[in-house]
Amino acid sequence: MNLRHAISKPIRNVFDKIKPHVQPGEKFEMAYTTFDAIESLLFVPDHTTKSGVHIRDGIDLKRTMITVVIAMIPALLFGIWNAGHQHYLAIGEFAGVREGFLLKLLFGSIKVLPIVAVSYGVGLTIEFISVTIKKEQVNEGFLVTGMLIPLVMPVNIPLWMVAVATVFAVVIGKEAFGGTGMNILNVALTARAFLFFAYPKNMSGDDPWVASSVKDGQALVDGFTGETPLAQAVENGTNITSVSGEAIGLSDFVLGTIPGSIGETSSVAILLGASILLITGIGSWRIMLSVVLGGLTMGYIFNLLGLNAFMSVPFYYHLFMGGFMFGMVFMATDPVTAAQTNRGKYIYGFLIGLLAVMIRVFNPAYPEGMMLAILLMNVFAPLIDHYVIQGNINRRLAHG
Amino acid sequence: MAKVIKLKKGYNIVIKGKVVSEYLDIPQPATFAIKPTDFEDIAPIPKLLVNEGTKVKAGDALFYDKDRPDMLFTAPVSGEVIEIRRGDQRRITEVIIKADKQIEYKSFKKADPNGLDREKIIQYLLGSGLWQAIIQRPYGIIANPEDTPKSIFISTFDTSPLAPDKDVLVKGKGAIFQAGLDALRKLTEGKIYLNLYHDRPHAVEFEEAKGVEINYFSGPHPTGNVGVQIHHLDPIKKGEIVWHVDPLDILTIGTLFMEGKYVPERIIDFAGPGLKATGFFKTYIGACVENVVKDNLIKKKTRIISGNVLTGKTIEANGFLGYYDHLVTVIPEGDEHEFLGWLLPSYPRPSISKSFISGWLATMGLDESYNVNTNMHGEERAFVVSGQYESVLPMDLYPVHLIKSIMYKDFDQMEGLGIYEVIEEDLALCEFVCTSKIDVQEILREGLDLMRKEG
Repeated sequence: MNLRHAISKPIRNVFDKIKPHVQPGEKFEMAYTTFDAIESLLFVPDHTTKSGVHIRDGIDLKRTMITVVIAMIPALLFGIWNAGHQHYLAIGEFAGVREGFLLKLLFGSIKVLPIVAVSYGVGLTIEFISVTIKKEQVNEGFLVTGMLIPLVMPVNIPLWMVAVATVFAVVIGKEAFGGTGMNILNVALTARAFLFFAYPKNMSGDDPWVASSVKDGQALVDGFTGETPLAQAVENGTNITSVSGEAIGLSDFVLGTIPGSIGETSSVAILLGASILLITGIGSWRIMLSVVLGGLTMGYIFNLLGLNAFMSVPFYYHLFMGGFMFGMVFMATDPVTAAQTNRGKYIYGFLIGLLAVMIRVFNPAYPEGMMLAILLMNVFAPLIDHYVIQGNINRRLAHG
Repeated sequence: MAKVIKLKKGYNIVIKGKVVSEYLDIPQPATFAIKPTDFEDIAPIPKLLVNEGTKVKAGDALFYDKDRPDMLFTAPVSGEVIEIRRGDQRRITEVIIKADKQIEYKSFKKADPNGLDREKIIQYLLGSGLWQAIIQRPYGIIANPEDTPKSIFISTFDTSPLAPDKDVLVKGKGAIFQAGLDALRKLTEGKIYLNLYHDRPHAVEFEEAKGVEINYFSGPHPTGNVGVQIHHLDPIKKGEIVWHVDPLDILTIGTLFMEGKYVPERIIDFAGPGLKATGFFKTYIGACVENVVKDNLIKKKTRIISGNVLTGKTIEANGFLGYYDHLVTVIPEGDEHEFLGWLLPSYPRPSISKSFISGWLATMGLDESYNVNTNMHGEERAFVVSGQYESVLPMDLYPVHLIKSIMYKDFDQMEGLGIYEVIEEDLALCEFVCTSKIDVQEILREGLDLMRKEG
């Protein structure tokens, strides 16, 4: 208690000194929103209840959003390490998972952290400019989006593309609709989809996933492939190889020592995050559960059909390949773009799982079925809710 | 055995300073007041029948609403009108009476309500100041004597935070309570629903009531809200009207008929973490709280609420109890900056969010009690989180969508989504839990007023 007081008191004093000068009508009023954002980040405001209830629940949007960010940290840390790991695999050094840990971490940090910095830097800049123009308060939504964007990027993505995609997603995907809480499409997925269609070469194929390529003049191991297991499965079913050409299987997907978007590869890290979201109740278990069921159902149907190698991949593989798990835990559960009614959440989640696997298998040109499935269901979520709510209205009229 | 309706959704906010059995040995308040602002739909400047200096008996008329001159608002005690307090635009806020030591009662004619017809009973109630105890749903306004409700509801228990039991006053007064019920019996051709709390013992006087349908409810707040009970027993559709009456007012009604006196007794709990000593005492409607609150506050910056923390109104330290209230809650103000409070809260606070330990304790059914204050714990934001409101509302209703339909003034949607079934108190917990800190009750009242005027 006293420690908190000792730390906070001098900081509070500084804020109290600056505050009068940034009020609307004063000399530095332009800085008001920025000041307010920083102040309210450090100090929960002294606002008290005015109408209605006299006491309020301790939860607010900052705590909610930061919980999601914390839940993504395991995936981020693993992604950093894995960027290094894939790199060293490709050049034939430290092939073992336990070897060269610090070097891999260092290499990964150099590749990944700039992407995180660009995403936050660009996104928050837009956010601050837009609230200053609109004279509103900075919303916490971008805390999550800013972390999601790097985690769904390939490690080789040029930084300027991250910047462009972030601009597109925040301006067109969110602010155009009225800001956090108003957007139809998940903002981070909008960024990824933008890049996927605008710069397909940087988002699919052999090149983007492993941070080392022939262009860099590095000697790659024999049998190198930069393809993700998901892309390989299209042709080869379960005959999947690692970057260095060795056969890999389900346990490698679960662990995540495979090429892929920065945060999406490790099911273990993602499930750690999922457990944080589920324990705190901040991520919807209804959506997560129904996405799994939808994916398994479609996978099982394909297993029964078994018309090609990909269809014959055991149905549960789909959960651990590509962006399925990451999308399920962190994207499908975005409360703004998901269905909002409990009944709607089951339908929404189930269809995401179903469509993700269907798109993957039917259209190998879009191995990232999860991204498209979520975006598609984002669009349909309001419709699902509409019917659920219309059901409620009809019941009311009927018993009335 | 009547049926037990078990409700799961809801949340009991457990606050420190609950009154258990401490009787406050304090003198009766010197002053009492009737506040026109306590009544939802009367004109801001009612027609006064008294001046400063007028002597009144308990039951004498003080003022009436210009649209309904039959319906009198009467003095809860005898004494002298010492002040007529006015607020903005000459709106009358309080008619204050200095009470006599020995209360004198205006005498009404004693009568057995069973022998009276509906018109006669309505006249009795209108003329004695008891009609306003009858509230109409939809809208939560004073009932219109020209309507006939399809049913009348009585909730015998209050599940809101720190609320006292309503049984105490009824004990030993079964006959009076029954007389009040008999009077109400004449007002509807439908049922009178008397709802009891399954989770706590209750007065036998309730169970022995005749001419009513008894149902038992079980579950956390807002199970005690009559709106929730109506929803489960006899939901309101468009054009229908249900009335409800508080059991304490039924006693007053019973006393009126049996003894020919207007005796609006109340047992008031003074509760909450802002008080040094909590307790209850027996008084009348409109009592001044000064005797209890003076020298009894822990902090200087304290909020005194007539009613509970979810729906009550802020009053001054020398203010008066609201007409419909039987609880005064005292909590400290929370006008302090909390360093990183959203991340590392500096003291435990009630929450349904499992990102707090409190949320888990609540989920596990452990009633930890909290020192609450009036801090918002965050800033207002657009709706982001879903499913929260629904988790504390035990009704088949989509509160977020209802609130949104009010925001964009879509009358058909409001109607379809059930605006007739709720008033502020029913969605108060939704407002409490809201991550985005939206003023749910204020918006709902706007919607209700819109519906009444234009719907």
